[in-house]
Amino acid sequence: MSANSAFNDEKGGSSSVGEPEYGHDPASGGIFSSDYKRHDDLKEMLDSNKDSLKLEAMKRIVAMIARGKNTSDLFPAVVKNVACKNIEVKKLVYVYLVRYAEEQQDLALLSISTFQRGLKDPNQLIRASALRVLSSIRVTIIVPIMMLAIKEAASDMSPYVRKTAAHAIPKLYSLDPEQKDQLIEVIEKLLADKTTLVAGSVVMAFEEVCPERIDLIHKNYRKLCNLLIDVEEWGQVVIINMLTRYARTQFLNPNMNESLLEEGSDKTFYGSDEDEDEEEEEEKDKKAEAPAMAKRKPYVMDPDHRLLLRNTKPLLQSRNAAVVMAVAQLYFHLAPKAEVGVIAKALVRLLRSHSEVQYVVLQNVATMSIKRRGMFEPYLKSFYIRSTDPTQIKVLKLEVLTNLANETNISTILREFQTYIKSMDKDFVAATIQAIGRCATNIGEVRDTCLNGLVQLLSNRDELVVAESVVVIKKLLQMQPEKHSDIIKHMAKLTDNIQVPMARASILWLIGEYCEHVPKIAPDVLRKMAKSFTNEEDIVKLQIINLAAKLYLTNSKQTKLLTQYVLNLAKYDQNYDIRDRARFIRQLIVPTEKSGALSKYAKKLFLALKPAPVLESPFKDRDHFQLGSLSHLLNAKAGGYQELPDWPEAAPDPSVRNVEVPEWTKCSSREKRKEKKVEKPFYSDSEGESGPTESADSESDSASGSESGSGIEESGSGSESEESEEGSESEEEEEEEKEKDKKKKKKELKKPVQESESEQSSEEEERKHERKSKQRKSESESESDEEEDSESESSQTESEDSESEAEVKKKKKAAESKPPSKPVKKDNKKEKKEMSLLDLDDFEPAPSPQATPVNSFLSNSLATDLEGLSLSDAVLSPATISPSSALKSYEMLHRITGEGLSVEYCFSRQPFSPDANMVAVQMQFTNNATSDTKNLHMEDVKLQSGMRVKEFPEIELLPAGEMVTAVMGIDFCDSTQAANFQLCTHTRKFFVSIQPPVGELMRPVFLTENEFKKEQEKLLLGQLMGMNEITEKITLDVKCRNEHSIVQRVITAANLSRVPCGSDKECSPPVPPPDHPVHRFAGRTVTSSSLVLVTVATKEEGAAKLTINCEKMVIGTMLVKDILLALTQ
Amino acid sequence: MILQQQISVELNMRNSPSDPPCQSALFKGGHQNITFHQHVNPSQFIVWELLQDGPICRRLFSNSGNFWHTGTISCNIPELAAEMIHSLFLINHSGDIFLEKHWKSVISRSVCDYFFEAKEKAVDPENVSPVLQTPHHYLITIYRDKLFFLSVIQTEVPPLFVIEFLHRVADTIQDYFGECSESVIMDNVVTVYELLEEMLDNGFPLATESNVLKEMIRPPTILRSVVNTLTGGSNVGDTLPTGQLSNIPWRRAGVKYTNNEAYFDVIEEIDAILDKSGSTVFAEIQGVIEACVRLTGMPDLTLSFMNPRLLDDVSFHPCVRFKRWESERVLSFIPPDGNFTLMNYHVSSQNLVAIPVYVKQSITFFEMGPCGRLDITIGPKQTMGKTVEALMVTIHMPKAVLSANLTPTQGNYTYDLATKVLVWDIGKLNPQKLPNLRGSLSLQAGAPKPEDNPSLNIDLKIQQVAISGLKVSRLDMYGEKYKPFKGVKYLTKAGKFQVRT
Repeated sequence: MSANSAFNDEKGGSSSVGEPEYGHDPASGGIFSSDYKRHDDLKEMLDSNKDSLKLEAMKRIVAMIARGKNTSDLFPAVVKNVACKNIEVKKLVYVYLVRYAEEQQDLALLSISTFQRGLKDPNQLIRASALRVLSSIRVTIIVPIMMLAIKEAASDMSPYVRKTAAHAIPKLYSLDPEQKDQLIEVIEKLLADKTTLVAGSVVMAFEEVCPERIDLIHKNYRKLCNLLIDVEEWGQVVIINMLTRYARTQFLNPNMNESLLEEGSDKTFYGSDEDEDEEEEEEKDKKAEAPAMAKRKPYVMDPDHRLLLRNTKPLLQSRNAAVVMAVAQLYFHLAPKAEVGVIAKALVRLLRSHSEVQYVVLQNVATMSIKRRGMFEPYLKSFYIRSTDPTQIKVLKLEVLTNLANETNISTILREFQTYIKSMDKDFVAATIQAIGRCATNIGEVRDTCLNGLVQLLSNRDELVVAESVVVIKKLLQMQPEKHSDIIKHMAKLTDNIQVPMARASILWLIGEYCEHVPKIAPDVLRKMAKSFTNEEDIVKLQIINLAAKLYLTNSKQTKLLTQYVLNLAKYDQNYDIRDRARFIRQLIVPTEKSGALSKYAKKLFLALKPAPVLESPFKDRDHFQLGSLSHLLNAKAGGYQELPDWPEAAPDPSVRNVEVPEWTKCSSREKRKEKKVEKPFYSDSEGESGPTESADSESDSASGSESGSGIEESGSGSESEESEEGSESEEEEEEEKEKDKKKKKKELKKPVQESESEQSSEEEERKHERKSKQRKSESESESDEEEDSESESSQTESEDSESEAEVKKKKKAAESKPPSKPVKKDNKKEKKEMSLLDLDDFEPAPSPQATPVNSFLSNSLATDLEGLSLSDAVLSPATISPSSALKSYEMLHRITGEGLSVEYCFSRQPFSPDANMVAVQMQFTNNATSDTKNLHMEDVKLQSGMRVKEFPEIELLPAGEMVTAVMGIDFCDSTQAANFQLCTHTRKFFVSIQPPVGELMRPVFLTENEFKKEQEKLLLGQLMGMNEITEKITLDVKCRNEHSIVQRVITAANLSRVPCGSDKECSPPVPPPDHPVHRFAGRTVTSSSLVLVTVATKEEGAAKLTINCEKMVIGTMLVKDILLALTQ
Repeated sequence: MILQQQISVELNMRNSPSDPPCQSALFKGGHQNITFHQHVNPSQFIVWELLQDGPICRRLFSNSGNFWHTGTISCNIPELAAEMIHSLFLINHSGDIFLEKHWKSVISRSVCDYFFEAKEKAVDPENVSPVLQTPHHYLITIYRDKLFFLSVIQTEVPPLFVIEFLHRVADTIQDYFGECSESVIMDNVVTVYELLEEMLDNGFPLATESNVLKEMIRPPTILRSVVNTLTGGSNVGDTLPTGQLSNIPWRRAGVKYTNNEAYFDVIEEIDAILDKSGSTVFAEIQGVIEACVRLTGMPDLTLSFMNPRLLDDVSFHPCVRFKRWESERVLSFIPPDGNFTLMNYHVSSQNLVAIPVYVKQSITFFEMGPCGRLDITIGPKQTMGKTVEALMVTIHMPKAVLSANLTPTQGNYTYDLATKVLVWDIGKLNPQKLPNLRGSLSLQAGAPKPEDNPSLNIDLKIQQVAISGLKVSRLDMYGEKYKPFKGVKYLTKAGKFQVRT
């Protein structure tokens, strides 16, 4: 120990943390014993109970890890400290664990419980770091633990923890791919998250786990587009790349008309005629005033496509080169040609950055400049080369300059090239010569100038330069050999000096090819070559044989002997290629009796006109790789690269991106109004307020997107608020229904509330209470029960017949006892309702108590209290319970049994954001007592197996007379079993339960008619595997024979979405309905996501057929009953 | 980046190597037992090939004489790890790996050998390709401050993403310790290691904002290191960070200063290429506004310019509200705390760029005798009435130049024999007495005369002027009550300023 402390004194302080092992151990790693000794010393320090010693030891260990030294033998000593209180020690222990857990699995498991505890810590950062470390431990045994932790963290209140959960998903996936399905569920849930912090990470997880599940993106597409600017830089890159791929599958090619113009033959672009017609129709709808075109129809960009382009454009101004590049590639791959130009400036700006950035950007610019030369032409000078540029940058700039060369700028470019040729960097000079060659082939005007310039280079002192020139000249000459016999002569002379094999070979080939132009020189060259044949490189030897053969055929007199000499030399060459070639050529050109028919054609074979080579950019066609990707850079598919899909011939249904809206607004004229409302923010206002900080100022602001219009919630709220606006008439009816609903529920729910004896008493009370109201209304109990369904529907119906009943009742009631303050109250209520609407939508994602002060309300409710119990209930109920007037609310706790506390709940039909598998239950707590209620929370949850509950956060204070709403989530496991629990206040506990009607166990799914039919077919085909179809013949209620009422009744009975009739053509004007319309509704069960398909086919005189397809038999049967009831009464 | 396990490996079954595969199947990565059922002609071979965009491992089974109906082979199909950055190695100039960090499983150092090979080939470290392909990995490297940051990648990932991240790592180290060098990193190895741990989670960037990082891991200060020595504490923050969770990711909450101040440096760089005769081939101005803001609370600043039209292309720190810029041409932002780069800009190329100096030069090499002559004079051209300072000329001489024997009228010169770089440090430019450097260069005996003349790179500074004429008109602060101290400084520098000869 004394040694340790001495060590400490000597080495204390952070400045020398890394050094000790070197300083103290000259034979570091050399001798085993000393190794052990050193580690012993560390172990002792770790075992001490002084945090400072532990810290010092951990620092030294981490420093060793950083150097790549093996410290795995310290694992047991380190892992003991995982529970250390000192946060600095803890952090370093985490670092160590992540590094070595895989190697020491058994020991690593010891630490798991610490992390599990950490996952429950009230501090979000501790939760997050526990999850981070836990998921980084690559031990297969803990997969289930990890899975559970991720799932929990994904519904955490803190966005930071949710972000960490997203990060953990790919870790778990790479550890155990079997978990994919479950992980996809988590991803789906996190994709719906609206915080910018989470967005980037979850998309990254999506890309790594299930990039093929593009369907998960639909609903989140608009949200992602709108959030994009506020996401952190790295997330932006990932999201943009993903959206590029998405857009390629979902939208039409914006350049299709152009390409059609360019290549008239390429008609296949449009697909079949049928498609064309369909599209035409669609477009007419979209843009009726567009001039009808005879053959081509005008291309209209999908608004969502436009949205993407518009929202990514500001990111070209990002400081992060990767983001700029991502946007650039998105524009290159997705934008109409005319708009791609905007990226050039930003890319040129990146050329000022680090040389590595330049390197990558230039690679991409090179590819782009081939396709769209005009884009970079204004920036030509930015690609001029400096002598200080690294070689690879120089070569790339050269490539770009060459691509940009055209008739107008070629002279300036060639002048630049001239200075480059003098460079000291010979590789670069060679590249310049090639570039000149390419310019010469592409631009006829300057071909001679270039050629002359290159010929001058032949007298350059540097052999490489000359060689490169020869090769390029050879290619150029091939284009117009007649004119240039003097150049060929000049080159023939060079054979004495040039040693570079490729250049020699090129010269020989030229002379052979054009021997007719230089008849005197050619044989002489062959003579010289024959002399030096044995010393030549293989490539040169082959060309010598070639030259000999050609000369033999044209000028056999002078060269016959030479040729034979050469062929003889070649016959005994070491290289079998050369031997083969010689044998082959001898047979071909020297006629013998044995030689076949071929030799007759020898001349034709050898002296055929050869097509001139095309000098192409190495970057040609590289754009089939997604720009900006590693694969593009390497021009080879990297592992895990995803092909950029081709544009679809016809755009897939754009409505999949529409976000689900409550169903009853789906039909007729309302639909249009609503859609306008939903989409408006995207197209007119989306850019309005989304400066990076504004939305960052308040998370909920940007998240809920009430300004920037992120789709999902908005659609809901939009339609709902509309509903409430126009529902002013039906308000009163609603109250009544609620009242009645409650009464019924009271009775139902009371059962499990109290045990045995007390139950009875409460029931009695209940009855009394009911009787009162019954008397007043003079209606039988059974009647009210039966009417329940139809009435709740009637609230939203415009049809008068369904209204009438309620109307009558209302009058009756009003006549009986209408408190004088009621009109005022109603106004209040309306306000209140709208407020709560906003709150609900903006307040995301953590369900927390909404303290909605109801002061103004208080006096009224007190006043009404005097009027009678039931009435006061009725007044209270609809105000804050629900954003939607359509929802039934049920009583959980009556104010009498609750000693002043009354609780009502309804199924809000909103997605429960912390866990998509849960049904959101909205509860309204009203404190009717005179004293405050404190610490309202849940306890002792009793559930059937498989069911889960996400409790509502504790409500700390509910002042007397106030009311408050809270949301909890329950996973009913697709069963109608009740969830029982205790509701606790600071003084009392109440047993309560929540039982869902079967219709609330599902969530709406938007399907088109075709999809619906397809799914239905699938279910039918799969009948053997337990799928089911239930059909009932029914006679519709008299009041329920028109479309609206049917739709509304079904939707009220079950949380389903209507399948729009008229299939995919949503935009088209409504087709006059057939005499006997078929109504379809679709949904999925919340927990198991199995499809629920409902069909109501109407027939003459109110007869109808109700069909329900559902994998879950029980649900299907129960649902049939409910809907049957709803429709027939 | 992305890995589709199902298609990562393909198994082809052929009756002979040249046949097309008669049965192919897809397998997951990892250790697999592959069961097959196939009738086989006994006189032939079956070739099992495991392909993954080209063969990764192959197995050849000979079964002469036997039917194989069913069987199992066991093989290890390489699995691609899905992440962005797998490992990071820091390598010094001489090629020693002095720090390694693995975010997933450990990759052997030997992977760097491919890099060393490439480095050997390239004469200059700058010439090493930033992206290298090895049989199983991709190496993406940056070269910063004489250090190589080498990252190991296994799957597709945007290369700029990695490059930008590595530079961010280097920036962070610089920000923390004042410089980014081997000695500094090794002195603070634990802090650096922890920083890396925080910056990347599973290969994906987690926290890269220095404001956030500084709250999690405190940077060392002299005072603190003294305190640490005495108390045995460390630089690790013992309070938990809040910045990540504040609404503004780049600013930490609860900033407090007694002196509230905001300084902005407008720095412009002239990039130019001048030809032999002194005329401008290409010139442009790149500017940057560096800010140092130490303000209490959550100030909301608005910076406006007299002549924003000058700015042609801009890029911003994420804090700047782009919409305000689009509509009003003002910079509106809630600043990060401390030093940061507010914006980069490019002055539109329509504006003529003032070239502050002219250069008269003649460098000649003679065919006869191993020598050459050099004569350079620099004079002021368009300096906006300010003095040119810190003037410096750098020349990369041809390899043949052995030594230089020169006389400067002002300043002094050095010639590095190894790198063949001639540096003439002039200092302040006196318009009355123009600085001149002349003398002879001696060449290697026997070497041919260099064909081209080296170009001159010029460095200079002009204080208190932005050469484009850009001017900040005002800085307003909202959201806080106090009156901050504000300051703007202008500076013009030579960027990539090159004179061809």
